[in-house]
Amino acid sequence: MIEFLRSLGRWGLNTFQRLGRGHMFLVQMMAGMPSLTFRFSLVIQQLFYVGVLSVLIILISGLFVGMVLGLQGYNTLVDFGAEESLGVLVSLSLVRELGPVVTALLFAGRAGSALTAEIGLMKSTEQLSGMEMMAVDPMKRIIAPRFLAGLISMPLLAAIFSAVGIFGAFLIGHGLLGVDDGAFWSQMQAKTDWYEDILNGVIKSIVFGFVVTWIALFEGYDATPTSEGVGRATTRTVVHSAFAILGLDFVLTALMFGDI
Amino acid sequence: MNSKRSTEILVGLFVAAGIAALFVLAMKVSNLGDFTDDKGYEVVANFQNIGGLKPRSPVTMAGVRVGRVTSISLDPDTYDAKVTINIYRQYDNIPVDTSASIFTAGLLGEQYISLSPGADDFYLEDGDVIDLTQPAVVLEQVIGQFLYSTAEGD
Amino acid sequence: MAPLIKIRDLHFNRGDKVIFNGIDIDIYQGKVTAIMGPSGTGKTTLLKLIGGQLKPDSGTVEVDGQNVHKLSHSKLYELRKRMGMLFQSGALLTDINVFENVAFPLREHTKFPESMIRDLVLMKLQAVGLRNARDMMPAELSGGMARRVALARAVTLDPMMIMYDEPFTGQDPISMGTLVNLIRRLNDAMGLTSIIVSHDVAETTQIADEIYLLSGGKVIEKGTPETLKTSGSEWVKQFLQGLPDGPVPFHYPGNDFSKDLLNAEEQR
Ligand SMILES: Nc1ncnc2c1ncn2[C@@H]1O[C@H](COP(=O)(O)OP(=O)(O)OP(=O)(O)O)[C@@H](O)[C@H]1O
Ligand SMILES: [Mg+2]
Repeated sequence: MIEFLRSLGRWGLNTFQRLGRGHMFLVQMMAGMPSLTFRFSLVIQQLFYVGVLSVLIILISGLFVGMVLGLQGYNTLVDFGAEESLGVLVSLSLVRELGPVVTALLFAGRAGSALTAEIGLMKSTEQLSGMEMMAVDPMKRIIAPRFLAGLISMPLLAAIFSAVGIFGAFLIGHGLLGVDDGAFWSQMQAKTDWYEDILNGVIKSIVFGFVVTWIALFEGYDATPTSEGVGRATTRTVVHSAFAILGLDFVLTALMFGDI
Repeated sequence: MNSKRSTEILVGLFVAAGIAALFVLAMKVSNLGDFTDDKGYEVVANFQNIGGLKPRSPVTMAGVRVGRVTSISLDPDTYDAKVTINIYRQYDNIPVDTSASIFTAGLLGEQYISLSPGADDFYLEDGDVIDLTQPAVVLEQVIGQFLYSTAEGD
Repeated sequence: MAPLIKIRDLHFNRGDKVIFNGIDIDIYQGKVTAIMGPSGTGKTTLLKLIGGQLKPDSGTVEVDGQNVHKLSHSKLYELRKRMGMLFQSGALLTDINVFENVAFPLREHTKFPESMIRDLVLMKLQAVGLRNARDMMPAELSGGMARRVALARAVTLDPMMIMYDEPFTGQDPISMGTLVNLIRRLNDAMGLTSIIVSHDVAETTQIADEIYLLSGGKVIEKGTPETLKTSGSEWVKQFLQGLPDGPVPFHYPGNDFSKDLLNAEEQR
């Protein structure tokens, strides 16, 4: 019993220590951001690895999620004779929820884990210490550009996901199931609001991008410098990101769309 | 150097695609396109009951969209709902004795205002009031009336 | 003459393990100073303390009159520009090639035109005999080659001092000879101050002006190679001559081997 309490206490202390380190890391990372204005090419390079390389998976997943939404939505709506509302159903689900959330989950798996592994390996092969001794601050040179790239990429990826998803639903809804295309678009436009729905979705995706990239970079930077440690850090990135995304999604949804 | 160039081009394409997607969402998916329309003119209609009508609900005439609801408030004197409607500029020849009704699209769909044209020679202008209105049909009331009348008939 | 690096009463622990238990070291400008000692005594740790990457529990490290661990972040980075360090592992950046690795400090800290960077980098690579390996990636290099590239990189900014962590390991006799000469020549021609951490007694005694022997968290002995060779201490004799038996234990401290064997027997 005592042993159990003791390990519980140790676990608690470790958790808080990591939380504290994570936030100190965030502060240092932010402090490194201004120096990027002079080195924007570093950010562009990272936009390639973080953003461009994630486009394919986002395109494919977006298309299929949209097509499934089209099918399922139609099957439900047609019972109420409301299949004209398919456009609204699809656009609202994608723009408010699925776009930001699914993109963030995919982003954590595709880009987040890669970032963690990369930073963790750089640490374990002493590349980060090596840079420090060459008077190059890894926070500014390595971490900050990746963070900014993640922050920029996420909303763009989420927008691509939603747009492709709506297109996929249109393909199924109009092409396969014969929903009137005028009604599909006009109902969607009437019910989807730029501020309420789309901008809130964009805000969500920026928040998710911030959190996922932060977690990924911190886990890499804080990894035990062994191959096992880096492996575990990569897993933690994906798991913690998923928790953070889903938890934050609830909070943000309640703030934005709930009437609380 | 060459690979650096292609990286930059791909990043440029990526950012452009993302922004284009946002633009599509704004213009094709959301109602932002509406705001960029010409302002049009505003008329007011007072309804006894608006049911589930909301700001931005469509306003149609013969099924064609001619405007949208901009705001809804309660008239403190008559206890009627005061609905302000924005009508697109190109529809500037709607007679003043036009009537407005609130209908539901489908059985459970969204509610919208339908205008049926009158025969007057004068046309609605900014700030005018539509006098002939028909309130929304509230399903509960209809069912209530139906039950009541069947009970009477016995 | 005041020493360039002055270490006073340095204490450092890793968890419960005492690494340094009060050491004093003076390193003079223009000299090659060697730090020697058994594996695991904390020689790499000492270099990291000098570079400001680790903080001592107590004691001071002064480099060029500045207390390394009291400097602000930006001052420390300024100081590091004047320090070169050759990591035991090489620590090359794995995603860029040899040329770019050596050019890295120049690109980060100077605005030299491309042609000048090219000349400087090729010069340094020529000095370590790897000019023609400039397009290779670090993963394609052997351990010894990687360390030579790292050496070229450590000297690109023409620092005032260089710390070499095991520069000779993994070198064949020919490059070893070149390297020994190179370190000595760099030191004398550029007026550098060099700190060498090494186990190679023959090479180190050949080029060092002064040698510090560390063991058990203490400085055991210091002096010129000659004085150390004639030292009466059993410890120094054993270390310099590489005798298996003597006051330095070969084994990491702990249980006796025979005891471990007996324990295993009992458990069966
Ligand atoms: N990150 C670390 N965490 C805990 N202990 C460490 C760490 N790094 C080194 N040590 C311990 O510190 C001691 C000194 O390590 P150091 O690397 O300085 O030895 P060294 O003298 O350079 O050895 P070698 O000659 O083999 O390179 C070792 O006993 C090691 O176990
Ligand atoms: Mg070492």
